[in-house]
Amino acid sequence: MKIVIVGGGMGGTILGNNLARRLHRELKTGKARITMLSASDKHMYQPGLLYVAVGSMMPDELYRDQASLLEPGIGFHVDPVETFMLDKRQVKTKSGAVHDYDILVIATGSRAIMQGIPGLAENAETFYTEETAVKMLKRLREFQGGRVVITVGVPHKCPMAPLEITFMLHDFFKERGMRDKVQLHYTYPIGRVHSLENVAKWAAPEFDRLGITYETLFNMKEVDGKNKVLKSEEGSSTKFDLLVAIPAHKGMEVVEKNGLGQNGWIPTNRTRLNMEGQENVFVLGDTTNLPISKAGSTAHFEAETLGENIAAMVKVGSAVRDYDGKVFCFIEAGKDRATYAMFNYTTPPDPKEPTRAVHWFKVAYNKLYWASARGLL
Amino acid sequence: MMGEKRKIDARGSFCPGPLMELIAGMKAANVGDELEVLSTDKGSAADIPEWVKKVGHEILATTEENGVWHITVRKAK
Repeated sequence: MKIVIVGGGMGGTILGNNLARRLHRELKTGKARITMLSASDKHMYQPGLLYVAVGSMMPDELYRDQASLLEPGIGFHVDPVETFMLDKRQVKTKSGAVHDYDILVIATGSRAIMQGIPGLAENAETFYTEETAVKMLKRLREFQGGRVVITVGVPHKCPMAPLEITFMLHDFFKERGMRDKVQLHYTYPIGRVHSLENVAKWAAPEFDRLGITYETLFNMKEVDGKNKVLKSEEGSSTKFDLLVAIPAHKGMEVVEKNGLGQNGWIPTNRTRLNMEGQENVFVLGDTTNLPISKAGSTAHFEAETLGENIAAMVKVGSAVRDYDGKVFCFIEAGKDRATYAMFNYTTPPDPKEPTRAVHWFKVAYNKLYWASARGLL
Repeated sequence: MMGEKRKIDARGSFCPGPLMELIAGMKAANVGDELEVLSTDKGSAADIPEWVKKVGHEILATTEENGVWHITVRKAK
């Protein structure tokens, strides 16, 4: 059984290691083979970029060599797929190599798009790449005071990021002794301050307590850099001295070019995680079109489900369980307190009061992630 | 000219939620397209029309069947 995993991010890596352990006998006897095709020899811990933007992590802490994270039984190639030939059960890579598969997993992820909003890339700070996170840190360090506006694109990666960066900016300026010189103004696309109703019920009074103002039903339309004004689709506008953007994101270009899904999101069965219409092609993490959070934990839990199912398909010819939509998100409530939200397709979250203990667990997880990627946690 | 009709299955979506899914769908749609949102959140029956009205799109239908709301919206601009 030839298993090909396209993408070496969080989902692909956890799945590959999970499968290599479950199928170690089959890998030895040649009954199964696992191949991973990735665009990079490095693996980035993307959630760490938030901390780089406020100076509490350094970029070099976010990387490991991808090969060092993988079980020895996995054939790893830095050779991204360019063509998907699903009718022939083959993929073709940049180098021209053709790989046959019995089971294909597509986990190519997503990319932040600043260009969709006129003026945004030129006038906003953001933190979704190493380069932009470092640039944002330098800008924050130089900032002498004024109005800071947080704006949120749709759809966006990691739905907790807008709240987290806002609370972290509050503490960043407070710690520098200049919070009284900074107005923090948060904008959000829907009619409350967060998608999750229970999270919004906690966060809105927290904003009030900290003197953070907010405007809901605000979808950015364009940025007037000359006059430093952000305009919304809903017809309102707000002035800024410093604009911080949570940009919209899209699936990868290779998905769009191969006609696998509009905007790079592949239509995916919500419980079985196969690509719609393709029994032996599975989709993982940010790459799906599922209406759930595009977050690392989503990729993690999906990978665990697929690891069990694909291993069982090799061993007994059948999947064994459904993905239930499980997501677990930490929520940083500043620099030293945090809470979390856990939910699935049927049960909404019930976040508790933030504590120092949860914050320290998140800080620990930022290091423990590498054990998680190896499939150990 | 008739626009395309598309369905957004946001059942069981607490986060990002049906309205955010619709906003994303509208960004990808063309003027005249009809998007039908499926939602198991009864709040959608209020918050989707509120946003649609504020931005200036058009609600075509709102129905509920076995706990699933079907809200059809036309992109107007």
